[in-house]
Amino acid sequence: MRSDLDYLVPSSVEEAVALRAASAGAAYLLGGTDLLPQMRAGRKAPGQLIDLKRIPPLREIRETADGGLSIGAAVVMADVEVHPAVLGRFPLLAECIRTVGAWPLRQRATLGGNVCNASPAADAAVALLALDAAFHVVSAEGRRSIPAGSFFRGPGQTALLPGELLTDLVLPGGAAGFRGRYLRLSRRKGMDLATVGVLVGKSSGTAPDRWRIGLAAVAPTPLRVAAAEERLEAKGAAAAEEAAALAVAACRPISDLRGSAEYRRDMVGVLVRRGVVELG
Amino acid sequence: MTEKDGKEGCGDGCPHGVSRRGFMTRVGAGTIGLGVAAAAGTAEATVHEIPPGEPHRVTLTVNGTTHRLLVEPRETLLYVLRERLGMTATKPGCERGECGACTVLIDGAARYACLTLAVEAEGHEVTTLEGLTKGEEPGAVQRAFMDEDALQCGYCTPGQIVAAEGLLRARPDPTLEEIRTGMSGNLCRCGAYVHIFRAVKKASVLRKDAGR
Ligand SMILES: Cc1cc2nc3c(=O)[nH]c(=O)nc-3n(C[C@H](O)[C@H](O)[C@H](O)COP(=O)(O)OP(=O)(O)OC[C@H]3O[C@@H](n4cnc5c(N)ncnc54)[C@H](O)[C@@H]3O)c2cc1C
Ligand code: FES
Ligand code: FES
Repeated sequence: MRSDLDYLVPSSVEEAVALRAASAGAAYLLGGTDLLPQMRAGRKAPGQLIDLKRIPPLREIRETADGGLSIGAAVVMADVEVHPAVLGRFPLLAECIRTVGAWPLRQRATLGGNVCNASPAADAAVALLALDAAFHVVSAEGRRSIPAGSFFRGPGQTALLPGELLTDLVLPGGAAGFRGRYLRLSRRKGMDLATVGVLVGKSSGTAPDRWRIGLAAVAPTPLRVAAAEERLEAKGAAAAEEAAALAVAACRPISDLRGSAEYRRDMVGVLVRRGVVELG
Repeated sequence: MTEKDGKEGCGDGCPHGVSRRGFMTRVGAGTIGLGVAAAAGTAEATVHEIPPGEPHRVTLTVNGTTHRLLVEPRETLLYVLRERLGMTATKPGCERGECGACTVLIDGAARYACLTLAVEAEGHEVTTLEGLTKGEEPGAVQRAFMDEDALQCGYCTPGQIVAAEGLLRARPDPTLEEIRTGMSGNLCRCGAYVHIFRAVKKASVLRKDAGR
């Protein structure tokens, strides 16, 4: 961590963006659960931290006009996982979030930080991909919305341009009603990143049923497997085996201290099949 | 009241907080930072210039006592508590949010002091293990940890006790499952978990008896 590090506390998004535009070496700070350890390890060395936690609109969860939900980037995961609208309409998000770290960590770690850090193992990101979330961002140039599906570019790499600030993550009303399971393997139950994470979701509100298959920690980014979803929509849960094979084909795991590529690939197949059969 | 030159402490070789060693590379040093300090809870912001790396004047409320001090932005709350305020009950363990040895309460909820910059704690109520004791009289959670023999080496214990206090403030009568979840951010290398869970349950009873 730089000895000349500075700490800035803007009280509005506009102020934050202006501060960031004025200093190329600055970084936005939310819970710091990714950023501070990275700074300690010398992997990042920003000259200024722009703390976004005291900007009120970034801390809100709001209903949107289409029956969806907008979650401010600075809302901590512990608040998202117990929010009645999340539990009622978007339980897949709570299902994934509950596996992150441990409860005290989630009182500090935000949803916005989880996606901006763009770890291949980001658990919340899998649900946001599956639920077709849109990420609203702002910079000195203006505002834009980035679909979750084109946000993640690689480990630590996102579609954010330098200085762009994520304001909120928007779940569309049309994605309400998916239920399911996030089947996650890790070396121990808490405080460890996923070795493999498989999200299987299903919505029975329409005919045919809609399905969602998301994967964590088995590719350079969190993934959604559209081919497997389509197969399940066409054939129902009877196609569990085929969906599992399509998910295995879509993943691109590496071997690391948490598990070998071969193990991860096998587990993707096992967990997709298990999840589909369970949701039937 | 503690008011010290922020340049003191955290010297090379300091095992706590954020060490200077290895992080001396300055890129673009000499630029003037624009500091915007917003008083907690008010919408107004006062803009003032802070040369980079200069200590910030912060007011920290720890266990109900107000401390005005100068801290460098890179100093963690863990470091400031231990090295500036001399409150050593909060322990450094991993110093990267993985073990819970440094657990304090911020506005009543368990947080890792190693993952919190001291400057971030301004305007919030910080409670440390010292604040859970009345003089030499142990608090309910401490009593329960002793009664249930919920420790071996004891290094994780301060963090465990503070985490338990945070859990019990949120859920005065937790189920075993809630205890396991609430305490999941605190590792015990000696593996005293079963006793720790029992102690938390017992503490919930002691707190109730004490009318809290
Ligand atoms: C012990 C431990 C265990 C963990 N376990 C898990 C786990 O199981 N699963 C998991 O998914 N994660 C895990 N994590 C990672 C981490 O907690 C999450 O990724 C967290 O959600 C990050 O959020 P934050 O608020 O702490 O972000 P920060 O660390 O504050 O920020 C993350 C990054 O985003 C940038 N940024 C912040 N805000 C914005 C913004 N508004 N716009 C643009 N960029 C921004 C920052 O500059 C930084 O690069 C763990 C971390 C620790 C320390
Ligand atoms: S020292 Fe803070 S969590 Fe380990
Ligand atoms: S008692 Fe030794 S680490 Fe917990």
